[in-house]
Amino acid sequence: MQLSLILFMPVLGAIIAWLMPDNHRRPLVLPLFAVIHLALLGWVLVDPPPASAGGWFLLDPIGKLVMLSFSILFAACVWYAVNYLRYRKERSNRILCSALLLCLSAMCLVSISQNLGVLWVALETTSILMAPLIYFNHNARSLEATWKYFLICSVGIAMALLGIFFLAYSTIVAHQDATLLLSSLIEDAPRLNPEWRHTAFIFLLVGFGSKMGLAPMHTWKPDAYGEAPGMVGALLAGGLVNCAFLCLMRVYQIAVATQEAATFQNALIVMGLLSMGFAAVFMARQSDFKRMLAYSSIEHVGILTLALGLGKGALFGALFHMVNNCLTKGVLFLSAGNIHRAFGSKSTVVVRGAIRWVPWSGALFLAGFLAITGSPPFAPFVSEFTIVSSAFTTGNYWAGSLFLVFLAIIFIGMALTVLPVVLGEPPEREAGAAVPYRDNFVSVLPLMVLMAVMLVLGIWVPAPLRDLLIAAAGLLGGGR
Amino acid sequence: MDSLADQFLVLSLLINFIVLGTSRLGFAVRAVAIQGVVLGFLPALIHPFSWHIVFIVVLMLSVKGILIPWLITNAIRKAEIKREVEPFIGYIPTLVLGAICTALAFIFAKRLPMAVEHQGLLFVPASIATLMTGFLVLTTRRKAISQVIGYLLMENGIFIFGLLLAGAMPVMVEAGAVLDLLVAIFVMGIVMNHISREFSSLDTSRLTMLKEE
Repeated sequence: MQLSLILFMPVLGAIIAWLMPDNHRRPLVLPLFAVIHLALLGWVLVDPPPASAGGWFLLDPIGKLVMLSFSILFAACVWYAVNYLRYRKERSNRILCSALLLCLSAMCLVSISQNLGVLWVALETTSILMAPLIYFNHNARSLEATWKYFLICSVGIAMALLGIFFLAYSTIVAHQDATLLLSSLIEDAPRLNPEWRHTAFIFLLVGFGSKMGLAPMHTWKPDAYGEAPGMVGALLAGGLVNCAFLCLMRVYQIAVATQEAATFQNALIVMGLLSMGFAAVFMARQSDFKRMLAYSSIEHVGILTLALGLGKGALFGALFHMVNNCLTKGVLFLSAGNIHRAFGSKSTVVVRGAIRWVPWSGALFLAGFLAITGSPPFAPFVSEFTIVSSAFTTGNYWAGSLFLVFLAIIFIGMALTVLPVVLGEPPEREAGAAVPYRDNFVSVLPLMVLMAVMLVLGIWVPAPLRDLLIAAAGLLGGGR
Repeated sequence: MDSLADQFLVLSLLINFIVLGTSRLGFAVRAVAIQGVVLGFLPALIHPFSWHIVFIVVLMLSVKGILIPWLITNAIRKAEIKREVEPFIGYIPTLVLGAICTALAFIFAKRLPMAVEHQGLLFVPASIATLMTGFLVLTTRRKAISQVIGYLLMENGIFIFGLLLAGAMPVMVEAGAVLDLLVAIFVMGIVMNHISREFSSLDTSRLTMLKEE
């Protein structure tokens, strides 16, 4: 009952948004339904619903964390969207508003699915719904980005479907009823046919990895993140990444239960470090600050995957970092969107000294940069520290050292772009020229809230959240 | 019935090579559609009769045989292009690569154990070979439509494997997956229309504005 309410409320909102004739008032539907969604989420967290019939739908601690993080991000993004769409009156926002709400519903379905088939359908739905959002600007550049994004993600996710089929077939070969139910797969994991199981894990890693944007399947990411509107970029980097990561965690749960997960874990470590390496190389000398954020996202999916591969204590760090990355990316993309609008460009040649033109957005962009690169006292520092210390205590010295080296290179590379953008000498403004955008309370408030959350979590993690993280890490580590 | 199923699979393997070897886009779309129809009948051959299987067959025939070809043919007509020109890798080399991929698929499939009731059938090699052929078409051709055709081949390859599980999967999952794939093709069709309007061509090698400087 509660779960179906969570699923269908955004759909209702999407229908209302679609039917509303007024382009000016339509965006107001978004925050309204985001608030309803947050209220429902609070209700579900306080009073957890039982598993649905057949055990297909259940909000377990991992799902709760994913849903909590993208719901907060979604609320911030749609709050921002109201103001953004006021500047884009010339374009109809009917598709954008409906697709955003439908996407929320699909992301909720991802987080409550306990059946791998339903999980796949939900994840594919989120990819499809993101295509019109990336194409919102309707120009040649966004068209190219949409085509690359859609083709690579469709192919990747098709691979994941085959992986899921392989997993189901491994149950048949093991003389059991074919099932895609997560709980039965975890229970039967040691008895599943090993050849099929291993092949399945490879396909699932490639499939969900390309959706997350792990190197070397990351090529769509800079284009899509660069061309999409700021809030869509935030939802891609925070919401969709978390959903794809959730799928990978489901696979991980099965892999750990087989008792021979070492190969899969090593593959995760290699993919994670490779992604961080790619990000470190391409981060330097970026002349487009939104593309730079895409490489930061590749870095962080790398960190998440690496932490998953390390296992044990790093699992807590992985889950915590997933939440932190999601919310910090919100700050970065939304403030980058504001700066983009104020300067009318996202090239670092033009955009300099943002803090003089848009002081709040500029300061928040700088703070977001410090947070995402793992500087204390923000929360990503805590989660990254957990991961790296766990790498050393479990004897993965190479992985831990490379992790630190890449973090340092990325910090320098990102600083070389961010510092001039925020603190440089601003370009001469023509006398009397109208300023396209100035910071106002409405457009900066969601960023300040997200940033404040990151600051608080960096100093003190509230007990309920800590319990949730520990429970989720326990599930990932092979617990029930 | 099993030998008939294998003959159908061999037919679909041959269609892979037809798609690899042709430059006419309309012809390739029809070939993939025929492959979809051939594969659509397969569940009826390998599983005992049930309404669930009838549902799958009807769904497959209507989506893969009618709806998707119609969507793509529409896109071809609107874009007014007939042929793939200058693929990144020529037709003869891709045919050879396709043959190598098919051989590799057979070798790979040998290593995977089959359930008793599926032993000696060609499902796994046919599935992997079709998947790899699709990937080959997707990566070696320039036109957006060719890339969609490659994607369709990949889908057909996955579908061949899914047939082994048909009946064991819940209807909701199957219907959801097919619906998602249909919508994906639909969205690709829309994006293609926009590409041909924006660039006056469906040549994806013109999509080069976004790159590292």
